[in-house]
Amino acid sequence: MIERDDQGRKRATIAPWLLQGPGIVFLIVFFFFPLYTLGRMALSARASRFSDPVFSWHWDNFSSAFSKYGDQFTRSFLYAAAATLLALVIAYPLAYVIAFRGGRFKNVLLGLVVVPFFTNFLIRTLAWKTILGDQGTVVSVLRGVGILGSSGTLLRTPLAVIGGLTYNFLPFMVLPVYVALEKIDPRLVDAARDLYSDTWRAFRKVVFPLSLPGVFAGSLLVFIPAAGDFVNAYYLGNTNNSMIGNVVQNQFLVQVDYPVAAALSFVFMAIVMVIVIAYARVLGTEDLV
Amino acid sequence: MTAVTPTARARKVSSGTVTSKGGRAGRIGVNFAAVLGLLYLFLPIFVIVAFSFNKPSGKFNAVWEQFTFDNWMHPFADQGLVDALWLSLRISLIASLVATVLGTFMAIAAVRYRFRASGFVNFLVVLPLTTPEIVLGASLLTLFLEPHLVLANHQFALGFVTILVAHIMFCVSYVAMTVKARIRGFDWTLEDAAMDLGAPPARTFLKVTLPLILPGILAAFLLSFALSIDDFIITYFVSGPSTQTFPVQIFGQSRVATPPQINVLASMILFGSVTVMAIGSIVGARRQRRLGL
Repeated sequence: MIERDDQGRKRATIAPWLLQGPGIVFLIVFFFFPLYTLGRMALSARASRFSDPVFSWHWDNFSSAFSKYGDQFTRSFLYAAAATLLALVIAYPLAYVIAFRGGRFKNVLLGLVVVPFFTNFLIRTLAWKTILGDQGTVVSVLRGVGILGSSGTLLRTPLAVIGGLTYNFLPFMVLPVYVALEKIDPRLVDAARDLYSDTWRAFRKVVFPLSLPGVFAGSLLVFIPAAGDFVNAYYLGNTNNSMIGNVVQNQFLVQVDYPVAAALSFVFMAIVMVIVIAYARVLGTEDLV
Repeated sequence: MTAVTPTARARKVSSGTVTSKGGRAGRIGVNFAAVLGLLYLFLPIFVIVAFSFNKPSGKFNAVWEQFTFDNWMHPFADQGLVDALWLSLRISLIASLVATVLGTFMAIAAVRYRFRASGFVNFLVVLPLTTPEIVLGASLLTLFLEPHLVLANHQFALGFVTILVAHIMFCVSYVAMTVKARIRGFDWTLEDAAMDLGAPPARTFLKVTLPLILPGILAAFLLSFALSIDDFIITYFVSGPSTQTFPVQIFGQSRVATPPQINVLASMILFGSVTVMAIGSIVGARRQRRLGL
């Protein structure tokens, strides 16, 4: 008889490493080691504009990353937070209806949520550019009813960028919230109602707290890619609402100023980590990460 | 299976109480919000498909001009796009195959064995998922820029191989997590049974373990394929000047022109994937019914 723990796992020393060894080596070489080269690059300096960066504990890259691009940092996190909140507001009712009222059509409805994302990310964003364009129907209607001024625009505004971010990462909110809601035993709601709770109160006191793990996972899955995105700001925004992703992309691939770009990405990653950990603390769901 | 939904049951219990009236208004409101949400999801898709029938007057297919079937008659008119799509398909196929193999073995190791440092390995797998794409792309670029750190001054150019490596890297974690979630309840004593009956380990794996965990592996493969073919940000960092995947090509091209063929190809991919998904779910449902699950 082979000894197993409560989850049916065998105690072993060699077999698991044979199985997972290749994957672990791959992740170490192509995920962790690159973080080291990124950090090295962030501490490098270039003698002149065209010489190769040389590692020299050059901390100035970090201070100039903050002082020059503080606005973009703030904007990225504000836009990402707004997009996360909007995504939650849009996704929650959708996930709720699918989970509790979907019946036989649950899987079809879930499929419908995913279908739009079979088209490419860039093409979807370009489609939003068309929808929100100055000659589009949306702008002319909004101008007609006076919400926008006669020369008002949607494109190249923060609103357009936030809308694009919300849209592009929406399924990452719908799916985890759905999974959390689906797990809730409907008898708990019955019990709340038997105890004379009204619908809203039963939702607030029973359903919503139980769906928090899904809300937590969904928020991270929206917030992290939204904060680092540069495509939405590129297509739907202008230079006044560019995000940190635009700066990193531009510094790396257009200006070819690798050290500053590396410092920027490093700082960005550090801030994201801090936010993730703080968020996990606040919601009290540390064991999820 | 009765058709009574959980909420219908809840309503039956509460019918006759004072609160049911407010409940109905709320119920209609939530349904309405859900429908609006679905419409929001589909709005750009309608635009993409509609504009595949547009005849733009300039280089940008952004303003509706005139209905035409021309674009659908010549879907492959833009050679750059077609080449890029072909490259994307090849990269995604290879990357998701490799990632599925690596990730599946990691998942099996994690679910099946107790070993030292399993918490650390789990951390190793999760971390790439919580790292912003732009950092993944940037860090890989710095790795590929400093080949002397890895390959002793052996220069290697950005292109097919670097894109492939990047895609495998970000897919491995997704595969490992997906497969792990799907095989957590697997009854490993079935393997003991097979081996007690004299099957060697390889045969046990092929005849017992693999068929049972295959649906999970397939789901992970499809997920990585979808992630890989859609990826732009990481790929843009490591693709170099001459190797263009479909998204990279669109991004580069969109500065000077957006031919309607982009919309035609996007619509084809959309309809193709929906068909595959529909067939898959029908076949899956049949299989479940046949097995009496």
